[in-house]
Amino acid sequence: MQKPLTERILAYLEALEASGSVSSLKLAQEFKEDHQKVIGAIKSLQSLGSVIQTEQDSINTLQVTAEGNLIIENGSHEVVIYKKTPETGSIPLADLLSSVSETVGKVGLSKAVQLKWIKVESNAVSRVVTSVVDTIQQTLKEISAGSSNATEETLGDLRRRKLISASAQTYLIIRRGQDFTLNIEKLETELTLDILNDPDYEKKVFKPYNFNALGQPVKAGHLHPLLKVRAEFISILTEMGFSEMPTNRFVESSFWNFDALFVPQMHPARDVQDTFFMSVPANCNKVPGDYMEKVKKVHMDGDYGSLGYKTDWKEAEAFKNVLRTHTTAVSARVLHELGQQETFQPVKRFSIDRVFRNETLDATHLAEFHQVEGFVADRNLSLGHLIGVMREFFRRLGIDQLRFKPAFNPYTEPSMEVFAFHKGLKKWVEVGNSGVFRPEMLLPMNLPSDVRIIAWGLSLERPTMIRYGIDNIRSLVGPKVDLQMVYDNALCRLDKQ
Amino acid sequence: MDKICFEFGIELDDIVEAEPPSTGVEYKIDIPANRYDLLCVEGIANALAVFLQLKGAPELKRYEPEGTILETKVLSSTAGVRPYIVTAAVRNVNMTKGLYDSLIDLQEKLHHNICRKRTLVAIGVHDLDSLTPPFIYSAVKPQDIKFKPLNQQKEFVADELMEFYQKDTHLKPYLHIIKDKPLYPLVSDSKGVVLSLPPIINGDHSKVSLATKNLFIECTATDLYKAQVVLDTMVVLLSEYSDRQWETEATRVVYESTKKAHLYPSLEYRSEVVDVNEANRTVGISIEADVMAKSLSRMGLDSSVLGVDKINVKIPPTRHDIIHQCDIMEDVAISYGYSNIIPQLPPAATVAAQNSLNKLTSQLREIVAQAGFTEALTFSLCSMEDECEKLLQPRQEKEKVLARIANPKTQDFQVARNSLLPGLLKTVHANKRMQLPLQLFEISDVVTLDSQTDTGARNVRKFCAIHYNKTPAFETIHGLLDRVMQVLEVKYPEDYRLTADDDPTYFPGRCAVVEYRGKRIGKLGVLHPKVLQNFDCNMLCSAVEIEIEDFL
Repeated sequence: MQKPLTERILAYLEALEASGSVSSLKLAQEFKEDHQKVIGAIKSLQSLGSVIQTEQDSINTLQVTAEGNLIIENGSHEVVIYKKTPETGSIPLADLLSSVSETVGKVGLSKAVQLKWIKVESNAVSRVVTSVVDTIQQTLKEISAGSSNATEETLGDLRRRKLISASAQTYLIIRRGQDFTLNIEKLETELTLDILNDPDYEKKVFKPYNFNALGQPVKAGHLHPLLKVRAEFISILTEMGFSEMPTNRFVESSFWNFDALFVPQMHPARDVQDTFFMSVPANCNKVPGDYMEKVKKVHMDGDYGSLGYKTDWKEAEAFKNVLRTHTTAVSARVLHELGQQETFQPVKRFSIDRVFRNETLDATHLAEFHQVEGFVADRNLSLGHLIGVMREFFRRLGIDQLRFKPAFNPYTEPSMEVFAFHKGLKKWVEVGNSGVFRPEMLLPMNLPSDVRIIAWGLSLERPTMIRYGIDNIRSLVGPKVDLQMVYDNALCRLDKQ
Repeated sequence: MDKICFEFGIELDDIVEAEPPSTGVEYKIDIPANRYDLLCVEGIANALAVFLQLKGAPELKRYEPEGTILETKVLSSTAGVRPYIVTAAVRNVNMTKGLYDSLIDLQEKLHHNICRKRTLVAIGVHDLDSLTPPFIYSAVKPQDIKFKPLNQQKEFVADELMEFYQKDTHLKPYLHIIKDKPLYPLVSDSKGVVLSLPPIINGDHSKVSLATKNLFIECTATDLYKAQVVLDTMVVLLSEYSDRQWETEATRVVYESTKKAHLYPSLEYRSEVVDVNEANRTVGISIEADVMAKSLSRMGLDSSVLGVDKINVKIPPTRHDIIHQCDIMEDVAISYGYSNIIPQLPPAATVAAQNSLNKLTSQLREIVAQAGFTEALTFSLCSMEDECEKLLQPRQEKEKVLARIANPKTQDFQVARNSLLPGLLKTVHANKRMQLPLQLFEISDVVTLDSQTDTGARNVRKFCAIHYNKTPAFETIHGLLDRVMQVLEVKYPEDYRLTADDDPTYFPGRCAVVEYRGKRIGKLGVLHPKVLQNFDCNMLCSAVEIEIEDFL
């Protein structure tokens, strides 16, 4: 049996003088092996350390094309045509052409005629010479074997006939290395318990490890990126002393979603264009009665120092069920409960949950999204406290540059929109809305008149999309989520820029 | 400009090149929804000039004419269709192309905004000199109304006109307001000239042109208060260009039914006394009464110090947005500058707690993810078909639990989901190119009908997980359920057990009910291949879906 190629290469180097070198192309020729196999053997010798030294080079080589290879196999087109022509007599041109492929017919016929091997007379073909030599095939064979001495003129002709092509070939030049040896031991690939049981295991040599590749991907489950951000928001808010409100109530009455918040019944947000109304269950069945009377009065005629909206207020409108358009509906319920306490205690509350809008959908808007909402209720709070809470909250989200714009919102006054400087877009973008709840909302709930409530809200999706550089909300939320993105999603470290 | 707008509370959206034939640049500005006075260029310019202390706030005035007062008689017939009208006249107006465009633009914006697309209020502006007062506001049978509408060449009978405007994209949206009423509202003069067929169109006869000097404005309404606000806003714009600047001529409206007469426009100033300390506390600043009075004047609210800690604030008829002292306090804050207020944290120490159901949910999510399942986040709304036909569930049964939406724009939002399974299968469908198996889960709220609650519906927190592969590997899902129960300290078989069940969503003989202390909390099994086909999934799948609120 022939020795392995690696050993034959080492033997070849041994036979050279100590500093002698040889190219991989030469070795392939010597060993009559495919060049790629020789390269493979050299690479595995390289992996042993300094047994051999290598350097890379390249030459322009000639390759025989697919058509050229056919000629090596079958003879040149003109020879094929010549051979198809009978030794004596003639063959009808059509018969001759139909017996060979189109290329052979077209090129072979004209070449053979040009070389005066055959002649065509009145559509019949006959031989002119009695024998021919296939120099084309011979030259191609030599080129293929790498031993051609063909002239530039011949090569040019072959190139024009697209039988050969020139290209750069990379090869290796090798010489002995400083640890050159003929005795290469078979390397162990993996440390196993069996090896440890071998008393001589310390003498074993291990195949070097390739540290330049990635390891195997781990099999794992993953949490959803948006909910990872939610978890961070929850810890930030609880660290700031905010308790979570129970928000598991998607279907809400218009009363709690709008009227309790002093949103007038004719407000555009209550339009079917903006809000999902329920057909089943279409209406709620109860609202605290005396509270509702107070709400009705403050809307219609005004109360608590307010002029009200001076317009009709219908109970039927308030009883219509909707899919809540904001979690402020839950805040309203919580605040109403707070108003029923014997003595008022300051509270900080937050929630993060789904809200619904009957909106036109686009790359950043869905019919449902997560709203983050928080409020602080205490005596004598001010706009300064709201700005303070906003600065602290956003600082923890990694947003330092904030500015506040006066705004309008039916249930807060003063109100302010929060803008953050987006370092990527290099402009100010709106990141949230905030304000002080109106007395028309709080006083009907029986809250003491000096209790002020500062509140704010923002979407969870928007900061998440900014944090992770996601352009289309559908690849983040909903069934069209890109699971690969979920698998690859980084930790949610909002404070790290 | 951007900074001034921002501080004042209006948003400079964009600056664009003006479209020919105009030259220069156009500012696109976002106005707060309750500031109707800022809906025209003149209003913004005046407010900003006052804000920058370039001038004082205008003093708006209503005067009674020396001769006969313009009168409009309201017939009782209007009660059933559009009961109110308010009117005003502005004389000797220097009508320019700029003012004309502004007038049309303001009217459009008011119609769209406070007028709720003309349902509440509709505005008509007329060339007073072409008309013969007094005016009559009545409601008339459509076939008895005949006039030449604005910019048309011939006369129409009202019912024809309604037909004609079906093809007019601009007017079509307003036709429904009166179309099916037996009587249409009509404003006409003493000679029977039609001023307008509100809320659809004005008559051509009294149309305003650049040659118009004296203007008559009428607002018909179903909401009297809003009509007055709209009328005030309109006359403020026009009176700026009158030779009696900021002054509007009073007109009278007499109701046939009550015999009562009212003067319009109201253009009423009112006063509020603001407690300086209270305002300082609300904003979180500390400024003296005179400083506060000055800052309020910058906001267009003329104010004067009234004793030590009180100021008297005069609220002009342009500021219908001010309905409570807190609205004045916002103007104190804006004038002081939001950016000048010193931020401080609320002093109260509070002890925070997470909601127990949400806490349990997040702990379970961790456990399920650690078990090798990936979390999906799917929509709470879906189609009826997703819940019924696609899951092979009978619609009649599902209708008993599904909360349904009255006005979905697409069928994807027909119902609030009752099951998490369709969302997970849709997630599989969208991720078919991913390596198998797909192991997905979601712990989230679904909605069920419940007559015991005030709204008639309630949320239910559910856990759902699926294993999707070339084999259903029921044991994987079964094992996951056991793992969840194990961490919940729910013991087998004392606390929970599985009982074979028939459910059309699952393959026959491969479905079980999960019973927790005798209560059926959900199911698990191998999904029926038809269910998978219905969601366009071509492998096999086992699933579990249970309620988790009982584990609290």
